[in-house]
Amino acid sequence: MKEKVYNILLYVTAAVIPILCGGIFYALCTDAYGAFQHFGFFQFITSTDWNSTPGHEQYGALPFITGTLMTTILALIFCIPFSLPVAMFVGEYFKGTVVASILSTITDLLAGIPSVIYGLWGFFTLRPLLMAMNISPQGSGVLTASLVLAIMIVPYAASLSAEFIKMVPDDLKEGAYSLGATRAEVIRRIIFPVAGSGIFSSYILALGRAVCETMTVTMLIGNTNNIPTSVTATGNSMASIIANQFGEADGLKLSSLIAIGLILFLITAVINVIGKIMIKKARIS
Amino acid sequence: MESVKPILEFKNTCVSYTKQTMAVKYVSAAIERNTITSIMGPSGCGKSTLLRSVNLMHNLYSNIRVDGEILLNGENILDMEPIDVRRRVGMVFQRPVPFPTMSIADNVMAGYLLNNIHISKSEKAKTVEQCLRSVAMWDEVKDVLNKKGTFLSGGQQQRLCIARALAMKPDVLLMDEPTSALDPIATNHIEQLLLELQKEVTILIVTHNMGQAERISSHAMFMYLGELVEYGDTKKLFSQPADERTKAYLKGKIG
Repeated sequence: MKEKVYNILLYVTAAVIPILCGGIFYALCTDAYGAFQHFGFFQFITSTDWNSTPGHEQYGALPFITGTLMTTILALIFCIPFSLPVAMFVGEYFKGTVVASILSTITDLLAGIPSVIYGLWGFFTLRPLLMAMNISPQGSGVLTASLVLAIMIVPYAASLSAEFIKMVPDDLKEGAYSLGATRAEVIRRIIFPVAGSGIFSSYILALGRAVCETMTVTMLIGNTNNIPTSVTATGNSMASIIANQFGEADGLKLSSLIAIGLILFLITAVINVIGKIMIKKARIS
Repeated sequence: MESVKPILEFKNTCVSYTKQTMAVKYVSAAIERNTITSIMGPSGCGKSTLLRSVNLMHNLYSNIRVDGEILLNGENILDMEPIDVRRRVGMVFQRPVPFPTMSIADNVMAGYLLNNIHISKSEKAKTVEQCLRSVAMWDEVKDVLNKKGTFLSGGQQQRLCIARALAMKPDVLLMDEPTSALDPIATNHIEQLLLELQKEVTILIVTHNMGQAERISSHAMFMYLGELVEYGDTKKLFSQPADERTKAYLKGKIG
């Protein structure tokens, strides 16, 4: 009897999460339907107009899709030179030592800092710095947002890559050393190729993190509804336009924002599923 | 009198993992050129540790100390660069470990690839064929040279690893229980192969299998608790062991 109750309880709680997820997806779809119906799906994602003047309402998602793409790809590029050395340090050079565990703990700590704090730091420290260095006249923009995003995703990329680097069997490394290889050659020819797919998948997951990051980007990207014309230009990402405008939106505008949300939801879901599948594959081989 | 000079000589070689304990204690022995010498002994007696000191494998781990002298053609390898030593002293490990991301041909040439030694295509093809022939594998794999070596059987993978070591034309080949992960047929293949190979290279082989030591090696060492208890002609060591501990091990009483 007791076991039966326990079982039922387990099934019910286990069912809640998929139902919730499905419910969110359903709500997004129904609320976004208005915008897709009005503009047409293809028109909606390729239009650059974002005009909320009554009577001339026109909403298109292209500037925000572009903004998201630019910030995340730049963030990923900036993130590699920081996360890969950390992963090598923790996973190979100082594997199992105190130094390595201190470094990996500090790196993981980065993941725990609230994104609003990253935003503040970016706004009050990095932005004036970029202005002083004459890199960007207004300070905020795609570049500023990507730089801070890059720091934010370092822990995700680094700790997972380090795990895959650690998993390269000692047998293989010793085999290479026994042929007279130097450490650099072992890393280049053995560790990277063997751990490669795992490292790649950890960057895919980090990408998933960067795509959906909202607060930091909202605070730093400059919030203009145009396609960024250069890396230092201002813009808006899909997440930041929603965060910026959901408060005063209704009707078609609200539906358009939710449509952007739906697209973002699908993009992150696809990225995460791809990343997870790749990690699974990398673990097996 | 060049040929009489030993190719490899241990002189009071000691290896320690911690400050307090020595895994290998004052081993002295001279290995003759073009022979097979087996190192026997119970688990944990230091035989693998001794073997790995010859190609400076211990240098990879900062906590391990090697003392004494190990002479390769009269030169102390403990004073040499690990990379130079390892090119002259090949090693085959217990588990067959071809490099999974490289093709069969690249696995044979791995020593060249890893050291950035560039050779011409024809020379490369020649070396691949020669090495695979010397491990009796050429006919089995000549059509699949560009495939990854991971689909090969365990015995084939191990032979590929031997070919990989031979490609560097080493003076000495170290083998750490190379057949313990293989079935009897594959083991037999490798043993035949080693008997052939001793014409080209001096082999030092750690084995748990007394039968194997008796079948293939001309000289045998018996180690116990880090000491080299007995070293000499294999037949003599098996038929008339001088030390009580060797006798006990051969009878299966220790180890």
